[in-house]
Amino acid sequence: MADIDITSQTIDGMGPHGTKVGLLRVLGPAHVWALGVGIVLVGEYMGWNFAVGKGGAYAALIACWFAGILYSCVAMIDSEVTSTVASAGGQYTQAKHIIGPLMAFNVGLYLVFAYTMLEAANAITAGYLFFVVAQMTGHAGDLDQRPFIILVIMFLAWLNYRGVLATLTFNLVITAIAFCAILILFLSTSGILGGGIMEHTALFEGHELPYGWIGVLAAMHFGLWYYLGIEGTTQAAEEVRSPARALPFGTLAGIMTLLIAATLTWYVCSGVLPWEYLGDGVNGSVAPLFDTARLSGSNGLVWLLGFGTLFATLASANGCINDASRAWFAMGRDKYLPGWFGAVHPQYRTPYRAIVFLVPIALIFALGAPLDQVITFSILSGLLGYTFMPLNIILFRRKWPLETIKRGYEHPFHPIPAITLLTLCGVTFFAVFLGYGTQLVAMIGFYIVVSLWFHFWRYRFVNRGAQFTMPWPKPQGY
Amino acid sequence: MAHYTPPKQGKTSQLFDVLVLVVLTFGALFVPLWMGMAGAAKSVATPDPNPTWETLGQTPAQAAKYEALGYDPASAHDLILARFDYSFSIGALLTMIVVIVLYYVLILRFSEVEYREVISEKFGRE
Repeated sequence: MADIDITSQTIDGMGPHGTKVGLLRVLGPAHVWALGVGIVLVGEYMGWNFAVGKGGAYAALIACWFAGILYSCVAMIDSEVTSTVASAGGQYTQAKHIIGPLMAFNVGLYLVFAYTMLEAANAITAGYLFFVVAQMTGHAGDLDQRPFIILVIMFLAWLNYRGVLATLTFNLVITAIAFCAILILFLSTSGILGGGIMEHTALFEGHELPYGWIGVLAAMHFGLWYYLGIEGTTQAAEEVRSPARALPFGTLAGIMTLLIAATLTWYVCSGVLPWEYLGDGVNGSVAPLFDTARLSGSNGLVWLLGFGTLFATLASANGCINDASRAWFAMGRDKYLPGWFGAVHPQYRTPYRAIVFLVPIALIFALGAPLDQVITFSILSGLLGYTFMPLNIILFRRKWPLETIKRGYEHPFHPIPAITLLTLCGVTFFAVFLGYGTQLVAMIGFYIVVSLWFHFWRYRFVNRGAQFTMPWPKPQGY
Repeated sequence: MAHYTPPKQGKTSQLFDVLVLVVLTFGALFVPLWMGMAGAAKSVATPDPNPTWETLGQTPAQAAKYEALGYDPASAHDLILARFDYSFSIGALLTMIVVIVLYYVLILRFSEVEYREVISEKFGRE
């Protein structure tokens, strides 16, 4: 019998320091699914196709499946740890309790940057979509995309400011529509319903692996984009009614949904669009599912995928604002950042200062950097976070073996998922190095500098014992 | 260990800390872009002055798709022929590996020191 049963009625949902105060607990498993899939599904609507450009269509499929294995490991590991951590901050809070404050500070920044950059990428895509729709409906001249980018970010920030239940219910609806749009496109173009338009053999002829096997490795960089953000489900830990049950269920259902959506997306797009066009997400296909619908000859599909792309970008940006602000808020509450950010809105009970503070940062990147660079910044932060996860689960099992804390979910075959995840992270670091080595070194240089700043300056303002807020026993070995 | 009481941070100091973080963030993300070191640019190694679908390596089925997308051989030239350069030096690769490993070693070691203080204060010594 475990010493602590995290799934029991008394402890499940218990807030920091065994209290019931904190953010408002109103969410269920469907909201967790919507948060995870909502953030990620835009990855099928844009961005993943850079993987085609890096190594060809087959390389993108191989990357899709290996990245799928990487994220399945992430989802399993995350589900186990987060089922015991009923507090905002997700992996940040996990790191704080399992590895230590400096690791937590770094993980918190990974989360904020990964989600804020993803939010910026979403806003860029939404702006592009308005541009294309204006052209298709006869607008003469170039439509200025910037007002739409600003409007998207401001509207979603306002929605987040007003309350989490409305925000994630909105996400649930538009994510479901965006997912159904992919299914309908697949059924309509693959020959299952009516005539098929897939031409994989003809389009791949002579271009099977245009860069050879190194292209397959390089494609892993953008292969992450099919799934990046699924780990964001853990950010809702302080707002779900039953973290021990809802978080594992929502996260694992989410990764299964995404594995299906990613494979279908690759299938329909690569069977209709030539690989060079599909693989260039800046000058070629910015929104590949939408472009596939345009070549289908069906106006209904064009409108459906147009709305699907718009909804996917909105759902993702919405979830990103939600997650980035929770991580920023949690760091403020612990004084890792100025405590001013740790405030909860007196009426809406949302982390409103964190939400407002991150708006101009997202705007600057959405308006000032190209899409592939913004995506790369997001992927790099995500990748650093995934590298932390294997270390996290190994130490979690060592410090709190299964018999000391009863989890809401225990992931199988430990430590094989951790080792697999670490290996795939190593491969992806190499893939990023092949094209974006300068950014990689610059970003790690940044994390080294801010780590020194935190350890030697900022940490003096942090209460030592108060950081450990979970109702866990003392870790073994201390 | 004795209970640690952190100093109270003034508003100016809080603001300064936020500014430091924001400046470092923008520096790390924008400086490589401004210095033209962002990489990942594709280039056309041998341009074709009179491109046709055949000289661009496109079969009739592939050419038909490009035409449906509104391209002709001239406008599709750069899109089709541009390629990434994946050559790299072993020295650069080793530098990246060393930087990543050093980074994780640094944060794990400092974290462990801080974590022992946290556990000691939270649970006391047994």
